[in-house]
Amino acid sequence: MSHAATEQHDVVIVGGGGAGLRAAIAIAEENPAFSVACVSKVYPMRSHTVTAEGGAAGVIKPSDSLEDHIYDTISGADWLADQDAVEYFVHRAPEEMVQLEHWGCPWSRMPDGSVAVRPFGGMKIERTWFAADKTGFHMLHSLFQTTLKYGNIVRYDEHFATKLLLDDAGRCRGCAAIELRTGTVRAVLGRSVIICTGGAGKAFPFTTNGAIKTGDGMAMAYRAGVALKDMEFIQYHPTGLPGTGILITEASRGEGGILVNKDGRRYLEDYDLGEALDVSDPRHPQKRAMELGPRDKLSQCFVKEMWAGRTIRTKDGEVVHLDLRHLGEAKIDRRIPFVRELARNYAGIDPVHQPIPVRPVVHYVMGGIDVNSESATDIAGLYAAGECACVSINGANRLGSNSLTELLVFGAQAGRNAARFAMENPDLELGGLESQARDEGERIRRAYFSAGARRAGSADGGGASERIAVLRNELHEAMEDGAGIYRNQESLEKTCDKIAELKERYANVSLDDHTNSFNTELTAALELSSLLDVAETIAHSGRERTESRGSHQRLDHPDRDDDDFLAHSLAFRTEDGGAPRIEYRPVTITKWPPGARTYGADSGLKREAEGSGTGGPSAADGNTE
Amino acid sequence: MSKERASASAGRVGSGEQVAGSPVATDERTITLELFRYHPETDAEPRFQSYEVPYNEDWVVLDAINWIKDHVDGTVTHRWSCRMGVCGSCGMMVNGEPVLTCAAFLKSYFPFAVRVEPLVNFPVERDLVVSMDGFMDKLEAVKPYMIRDDVNDTSGGEFRQSPAELAKYKQFSMCINCMLCYAACPVVGHEEGFLGPAALALGHRYNKDSRDHGRSERMDVMLSDEAMWGCTFVGECSVVCPKHVDPAGAIQQAKAMGAQEYFKAFVMPKGAGA
Ligand SMILES: Cc1cc2nc3c(=O)[nH]c(=O)nc-3n(C[C@H](O)[C@H](O)[C@H](O)COP(=O)(O)OP(=O)(O)OC[C@H]3O[C@@H](n4cnc5c(N)ncnc54)[C@H](O)[C@@H]3O)c2cc1C
Ligand code: SF4
Ligand code: FES
Repeated sequence: MSHAATEQHDVVIVGGGGAGLRAAIAIAEENPAFSVACVSKVYPMRSHTVTAEGGAAGVIKPSDSLEDHIYDTISGADWLADQDAVEYFVHRAPEEMVQLEHWGCPWSRMPDGSVAVRPFGGMKIERTWFAADKTGFHMLHSLFQTTLKYGNIVRYDEHFATKLLLDDAGRCRGCAAIELRTGTVRAVLGRSVIICTGGAGKAFPFTTNGAIKTGDGMAMAYRAGVALKDMEFIQYHPTGLPGTGILITEASRGEGGILVNKDGRRYLEDYDLGEALDVSDPRHPQKRAMELGPRDKLSQCFVKEMWAGRTIRTKDGEVVHLDLRHLGEAKIDRRIPFVRELARNYAGIDPVHQPIPVRPVVHYVMGGIDVNSESATDIAGLYAAGECACVSINGANRLGSNSLTELLVFGAQAGRNAARFAMENPDLELGGLESQARDEGERIRRAYFSAGARRAGSADGGGASERIAVLRNELHEAMEDGAGIYRNQESLEKTCDKIAELKERYANVSLDDHTNSFNTELTAALELSSLLDVAETIAHSGRERTESRGSHQRLDHPDRDDDDFLAHSLAFRTEDGGAPRIEYRPVTITKWPPGARTYGADSGLKREAEGSGTGGPSAADGNTE
Repeated sequence: MSKERASASAGRVGSGEQVAGSPVATDERTITLELFRYHPETDAEPRFQSYEVPYNEDWVVLDAINWIKDHVDGTVTHRWSCRMGVCGSCGMMVNGEPVLTCAAFLKSYFPFAVRVEPLVNFPVERDLVVSMDGFMDKLEAVKPYMIRDDVNDTSGGEFRQSPAELAKYKQFSMCINCMLCYAACPVVGHEEGFLGPAALALGHRYNKDSRDHGRSERMDVMLSDEAMWGCTFVGECSVVCPKHVDPAGAIQQAKAMGAQEYFKAFVMPKGAGA
């Protein structure tokens, strides 16, 4: 780790995924004289937004209403979402979606040239915009390519941020980041900072998340004193490919795919999710019912089927079948070609002729860095947006296709607010910040490269040497065993204890690689340290929440408890870096008091009359791209 | 808030099974990986290093490299993220062919050794990692964004585009920037300034987009790339492209468009005509 080089900008963004790039453009537009730094550990177009398949929600069609999108989101969240934030989100969504269209996103279209929308789980009306089934890919590339237009967006590609830099007044002024090519630690400084580092699915073994989703930004904010909110809420997507965890998008069910158990039964109808209409019935697929129920419920149904012995055994574990055959080759190729490609390549299955084996897979972290409805944290000058942040619009269960829209709406909002903060708050002293970055470089060198760290790794060095992969695998096992789809006090306590043990053993981690240039073993070690902190907040927040809500299901506390837990959990780092302190903050309720969460026949609740029986997707068949 | 204990099982999903990233070998067989090694701080010359890896039918080459890094040699350096063929990070030469290592299955090489090298036609940073600087500059050069005055005015709703208009450029918008086509292209190797297949296909993607008004601006850049005219339509780029972008086809179309444009500019004063 060579000494720190300092770079100065107006706003620093950590993360070059959908949220980070949207924020960057918002700042460049808000103040063209501003210099915007975008720090990313991978080239922006490698960010995990690229893998999103199904689509992005936004009310655009006359048959839809903002009110319905709000209600679907709040009920989908099991009332843990802040309703003021949800209202803002739903109102801003259409404009953001159109903006992305103007920036070139190749949305699938209707014959009249308007954008096409498809149904998605937990959504009462079809409102999910899509670019075939590569929506995230097209969104990310459109955003990235648009940033190339702005000379004032300065990219720090392949820079790994390790620490937030706060000045003496407690204001966030930038980050320390390792330039991978050289191993140099830089201080990237600005007058405000936005964290957009994405999720942390890699805390679990079986996940749709790529290698880079290790919760680094969450850990950085947590270590700087910001709470991590609602971390116990982890989304399992019901349809991942066994073995690899590769996602088969919900759009495959939006297009009419069905889930069956080993007896060929559409088992979801046994769990209050509605009636299994024949696939030839024009009302199939029914919105907010059966296969288009919300993800938490569908994943829970899988486990119950497994317990009842009605799932299918394969060499990669228990599965159910996602059957798309009735859609026919033409529709599959037109609407969900990537599903066919993935199933063929990675499962050896052609969905045109065979059902796809699927099982629940860790997909998304509902919780994240505690921000208010303006995307601001409690630290002056520090903002967060995207999957790493918790506003919260996702509450106890995110609806599919709300996340991509969230990146746009809150990425833009965070960008504007961080830009305004920077305009209102002039520069302060730099000195302390530079030396902090130097200290950070020194800390990393000592911890991973010093003679002591090397000795830990050698045979005669006291024997306590730990390999990254071993610790990571034990963490994975502990999370899956104790903090999976169904949890209880005992399982969570065990996981908490195990994580404490792993954190201790982490001190003895030793690397094979003590060189500077492109040291990806070092970054893997830093990522593991992020995961340990994030996992600890998940397990402890889960242990403290003695109720069941959305994705957090406690076998020992099976009911929702609004008296005690209509509240966000806030996990604060404690002084000694041990177990977090958990506090609670009430959920903001504006117009929608907590109600029963129903899907299937009475899914519409008070709005039952509308939309029921309207049948297939509005972008029905044949006509869209 | 009570915290009584419950005895029910926590319903583990996925216990003890093979998952990507922490793979478990299924049998005793092994396969040899010969990895290209080069470290700028310590090596004067690149070399190859062999590793025995447990053979698993379901593994891709990337899984085997990750297994080596995790369990045998943490100094092995490569890029990857999605493991589903869409982030574009993991392109390498495998037995001399440019491929996505997350989409190249060991079973198509077994029982023979697999030789893995960094993509050719790029400077090597370290081991299997190449420098992307030049590639990124080329992407930027073709102005790959919507050019029109009202691009930030959302008040009129979406710009209309029919499915047929979308189909005109859709294929060229599928590029994941994996750079395999640059490793396959005979011109890229010789002409440093050549924008190359992916960048030209990207420029062409915007030129063909009915919503865009920036064609002439973009064509100025593309046509001034003399090497584009030198592209002899070998078509290797389209053969190796994992996303069927057909950059060779895009270049041919761009050339035809360019010849037309050139002709118009020559016989008509600027601004006249379409
Ligand atoms: C397979 C899959 C399919 C999905 N499909 C959908 C869908 O159809 N609809 C939907 O709404 N949502 C979907 N989601 C969810 C959605 O895609 C993600 O929540 C969202 O894209 C996250 O975007 P982001 O910008 O917050 O983070 P990311 O895109 O993950 O970007 C994070 C950025 O932070 C950077 N970074 C991280 N750590 C560091 C560090 N230490 N230093 C520097 N930089 C760092 C990374 O380099 C990256 O640029 C899907 C998710 C997955 C995994
Ligand atoms: S055109 Fe194809 S081969 Fe070339 S970079 Fe794009 S996806 Fe890769
Ligand atoms: S790892 Fe993303 S394309 Fe191979």
